[in-house]
Amino acid sequence: MTWDGTRPWTLHESVGLRPEPFGALAYHYGTRRLTFLKDVRLADVVRTLADHERGEEALRAAGVPDAQRPAFEAALERLSDAEVIRAR
Amino acid sequence: MPADALAAAPRLVDRMALGLAAPVCITWELTYGCNLACVHCLSSSGRRDPRELSTAECFAVVDELRAMQVFYVNIGGGEPTLRPDFWEILDYAVGHGVGVKFSTNGTRIDEAAARRVAATDYVDVQISLDGATAEVNDAIRGPGSYDAAIRAMRNLQAAGMRDFKISVVVTRENVGHLDRFRALADRYGATLRLTRLRPSGRGADVWDRLHPTQTQQRELHAWLLDHPDTLTGDSFFHLAALGESLPGLNLCGAGRVVCLVDPVGDVYACPFVLHERFRAGNVRDAGGFAAVWRDSALFQELRAPQSAGACASCGAYDACRGGCTAAKFFTGLELDDPDPECVHGHGEAALLARSADRPAVAGGHSHAAGVGAVRAPAGPVLLTLGKRPD
Repeated sequence: MTWDGTRPWTLHESVGLRPEPFGALAYHYGTRRLTFLKDVRLADVVRTLADHERGEEALRAAGVPDAQRPAFEAALERLSDAEVIRAR
Repeated sequence: MPADALAAAPRLVDRMALGLAAPVCITWELTYGCNLACVHCLSSSGRRDPRELSTAECFAVVDELRAMQVFYVNIGGGEPTLRPDFWEILDYAVGHGVGVKFSTNGTRIDEAAARRVAATDYVDVQISLDGATAEVNDAIRGPGSYDAAIRAMRNLQAAGMRDFKISVVVTRENVGHLDRFRALADRYGATLRLTRLRPSGRGADVWDRLHPTQTQQRELHAWLLDHPDTLTGDSFFHLAALGESLPGLNLCGAGRVVCLVDPVGDVYACPFVLHERFRAGNVRDAGGFAAVWRDSALFQELRAPQSAGACASCGAYDACRGGCTAAKFFTGLELDDPDPECVHGHGEAALLARSADRPAVAGGHSHAAGVGAVRAPAGPVLLTLGKRPD
């Protein structure tokens, strides 16, 4: 489904997330698709989504400035399309 | 490996060139044993090696990969299914969260094996095929190999396996078959994967007569741009010098993003450089695979900034980055020379001017009477089908 920061989200259970100096690598074992998260904060958001009742709280907790919110939400939208994350 | 980059600068390719904390995937050749004797075999396979890793040692490698969070292994050989413990190793990897993609000639993918492969998302399979007709394929892979591969595809489809791979090494003889390969893939619910012919292993013997011509390379580039869902394993990044980059990282990942573990545990920078010059260590060494990946002098060297060398004055260097190290090395070029298949013709000039002979390539594990035992001259090639080694 489409990213909606007011809803609860989580890393997809078929995805392995591995920290890297530039952010993280995410590998989906079902689609066999490798995704590069090219920002350490984006990797933090994805990793901690399940700890928050609303997706946008994970963005705030990771220290994403308001001005950069649209870029991060666009990235999360694409991660949702790629089934790296899913609504829970 | 479709890549999806999510933010702008710094350029991911620059970060990747410095190496990752662990490989994205490794190629793991489980055995040098093979029941075929393909003329272009990268690993000069045929006979099993008595020093091959035991089952327990293979499990230990999987444990290390899991600890390093390596997402998956590309298992190959030789013909990996010839190992009596092949399915046991596969189950162990999957059971420990390490995905498996294995390459096979298909001869042993019977109905039961196909069902086993289809049963889990964590296992993918690629069937090797080097011609869309038996005539073209069998000239490379040996008599009966086309029929065996098709039988395997039929079994996989019947077992409900979706989206397995048909893996083709592009040669001068089959580059005209690309649409037919695609039709085959569609027919069996598979995805087409095209890779580059390297002058490695026995491939050194046939590269001169089988590597695509310049005209064919341009046609291939156009075809790949028209069919972006075709997998290439980042094989053809040297074609980026034609102008438009193909999907993928367009980067030599050797020792930075990927590496190879051979049947006796030797770790090489990539699947195409099974040669002492590119041996980084052995998984049996103290510290195991992790220490080799992290600390080997060879991998440190490959992760250091590379010199553009002879390509420094070429406007295309940023796109192709000088091409494939293995292709240069095994054609006797210097590592900072142009790629021997440079689309601007600089490779051909370098080949004419090279000072060194090609590096000696031993027959490896080729069957004694097989084509790889001696350097075969251009012309008709006789194939020897080996007995199963076990």
